[in-house]
Amino acid sequence: MLYFSKLRIVFITIFSLLFVLIASSNLFKFDDSFFDKKINLGLDLQGGSYLLLEIDNEPVIEQKLQNLTTTIRNFFKDKDIRINNIKIDKQNIFFKVSDENKQKVIEIFEDENSEINPYYPRFKSHQLEIEDTGLNIKINFSRQGLINLKTSSQDQAIEIVRRRVDEVGTNEPNILKRGNNRILVELPGLDDPMRVKSLLGKTANLTFRFVTQNEEDRFGVEKLEYEDGSEEAVVSKRIIISGENLLDAQPKMDTQNNQTIVSFTLDRVGAKRFGKATSTGIGKQLAIVLDGKIISAPVVRDTIASGAGQISGGFTFQSATDLALLLRSGALPAPLEIIEERTVGPDLGQDSINAGMIALSIGFLFVIIFMFVKYRFFGLITNVTLIINLFILLGVLTLFEATLTLPGIAGIILTVGMAVDANVLIFERIKEELKGEKNNILAFDGGYTKSRTAIIDANITTLLAAVILFFMGSGPVKGFAVTLGVGIFTTLFSVYFIARLFTSLYVTKNKNSEKLI
Amino acid sequence: MIEFNKYYNHFNVLSSALIIISLLLLMFKGLNFGIDFKGGTLIELRSNDTKINVSSLRDKFSQMNLGDVSVKKFGSDNDFLIKFENKDDKKNIIEEIKVNLDKSFGNNYDFRRVENVGPKVSAELLKSGVIAISLSLAIMLIYIWVRFEWQFSLGAILALFHDVIVTLGVFSLFSLEINLSIIAAVLTIVGYSMNDTVVIFDRVRENLRKYSDIKIFELTNISINETLSRTIITSATTLLALLAIYFFGGEILKGFSLAMILGVVFGTYSSIYIANTVLVRLRVSQKTVLREDDSK
Repeated sequence: MLYFSKLRIVFITIFSLLFVLIASSNLFKFDDSFFDKKINLGLDLQGGSYLLLEIDNEPVIEQKLQNLTTTIRNFFKDKDIRINNIKIDKQNIFFKVSDENKQKVIEIFEDENSEINPYYPRFKSHQLEIEDTGLNIKINFSRQGLINLKTSSQDQAIEIVRRRVDEVGTNEPNILKRGNNRILVELPGLDDPMRVKSLLGKTANLTFRFVTQNEEDRFGVEKLEYEDGSEEAVVSKRIIISGENLLDAQPKMDTQNNQTIVSFTLDRVGAKRFGKATSTGIGKQLAIVLDGKIISAPVVRDTIASGAGQISGGFTFQSATDLALLLRSGALPAPLEIIEERTVGPDLGQDSINAGMIALSIGFLFVIIFMFVKYRFFGLITNVTLIINLFILLGVLTLFEATLTLPGIAGIILTVGMAVDANVLIFERIKEELKGEKNNILAFDGGYTKSRTAIIDANITTLLAAVILFFMGSGPVKGFAVTLGVGIFTTLFSVYFIARLFTSLYVTKNKNSEKLI
Repeated sequence: MIEFNKYYNHFNVLSSALIIISLLLLMFKGLNFGIDFKGGTLIELRSNDTKINVSSLRDKFSQMNLGDVSVKKFGSDNDFLIKFENKDDKKNIIEEIKVNLDKSFGNNYDFRRVENVGPKVSAELLKSGVIAISLSLAIMLIYIWVRFEWQFSLGAILALFHDVIVTLGVFSLFSLEINLSIIAAVLTIVGYSMNDTVVIFDRVRENLRKYSDIKIFELTNISINETLSRTIITSATTLLALLAIYFFGGEILKGFSLAMILGVVFGTYSSIYIANTVLVRLRVSQKTVLREDDSK
């Protein structure tokens, strides 16, 4: 155990130096991209916001079912099958059909090439499930159908979220999927997430609809509140244009009456429809509805054929900017709810870094003094190894550009405390060996060999705990698992290669001395 | 040589008592779950105005109809920690509070940290915390089972249960907050306690193979003594590192490092006085380990 070939010594030296060099790239700037890596600071250290959003898919499901009822009715009408009493109840569609047609309807739904009920061969499942309850036919989304629906609304939502966050212009936001109905947004450096939160909290469903006095509108009507809650108005359900027709939206200053407005341009289809509606509806009020609330309802004075228009509604410059941003980035497929928020201000982050560094230095100092007092020369070897170990640990974290969190720093300090364990196990064993063995080399060799199983067992138990923590833990705690786990490997490396090398050099030089340790 | 084995019975009684008391505390007093596991809102506020203190903050918050609001000093004199349950799961609650506080205190404070955990998320976090701890105990059990005989496995697991339950008992007794980092601490305790037990067990096994004529009662004592200086040194350096975190690592790491300190103390104790006594009570002998060697 004490023999090292020249080649091995060279390898160990180069390997250690390499990691020291990588670790130092956190302090200096290297031109080479391989060395120009840095440990990422977690949100708890650099300050920032962590938001977990959940997509409320219920309205999407309702909407899809609503559309489906129309599709079903038309589809079977073409096949001369009468569908009666179609209604939606608790995410199920119910309808009645005559007994002789029942089997046919079910067959159509369960056919693998069904036009109305897509089949996913990969999952061996249809989008919809059909059941004959005896009284009527029940249709609802299958498990796979629901999953597909959720993933697709998640895909759309994450795109919109990304656009909105990008528009706010924070540095390097991190936007990730979580499960099939959640989105994780990490915003480093942002200490007041209020604006982002209010932007993400809006679905931004924009529609232009006529205000009507006539309750008998062909498309149905609904009573909507104004955004300021002042009045209500009856609005037709017929949508003239919607947010999808917008090409661009910008906040502007209306010089005539010194008002902030949002000006918009429409795509070709939108411009055509808007032109037609404004020409036939002169004198009528056109309500601009955002997420079920009326922003304003100006009276149409002229035909607007240019496809450009403006929205006024008593905006401040900020609210006009935000509305324009929301309109540009598009509507969310479903409302988002912020179910978890963690925000750390940058000064607290800096304080945490300072506290962590002080604790690390002091813990390190304590351990070093203790080891030196206890083992003298071999304590010194342990301490030098410990310092190199720390650099290698930082080097590995840098190499993988790992995220360092406050608990992560705690993990490093704990590694410092526990790293000496392996050396202590070895040294204590050597002491025992020396009681019966006069030959220094043999005693040291025996000490290393006989302590090995205990060291490996002991480290594996800690590693197992770290691995579980890594997979089960979230956020900052994950950082602890990373440093603790990586620390075990670097510790074993430095104990078995670096400390053993030092020990070997020392013992071979003093092989005949008494009381070496 | 210290005669640890003279006190096996005494400490077994003590440990059983500690476990029973801890379990009773956990059952009847329960744990003080933080917002991570209970849901709610936490605000860390720093003031630069002497008018802002615990009582004035408590006043202001009680006027906001937020239910039960706890206001505490947090480390220094001008840092405060405010927690409430946010029962109605109100949106924009932080903005509302800011507006309200601005009215009375102006700009003389700021929010250094805001955490808002919804009821769904907190339930999930609690569940995954419990799973993580159970999973780690199960994996340790299996690992030791593979490496040693079942008697050792049982001893190590009882020691682990003891450490986890008594640490949680202390947290319950002093109503210390349980949050995500405490779960991390408990898992690390599991790893550490195991580590400590394994080193002694490794020696016990070695000695069992070496001496056929020494009874396990004596043999455990010899093994404990042989590994004692290592046990002390490693516990000492680990505790030194943890004390550094506790005293200098800032308020956020206080609970975490305290749990770890308790865990290391209990872990060291249980490796000697629980894990080994199980071997004694199960009458482990040379045959136990030789049988294991044969089957390999």
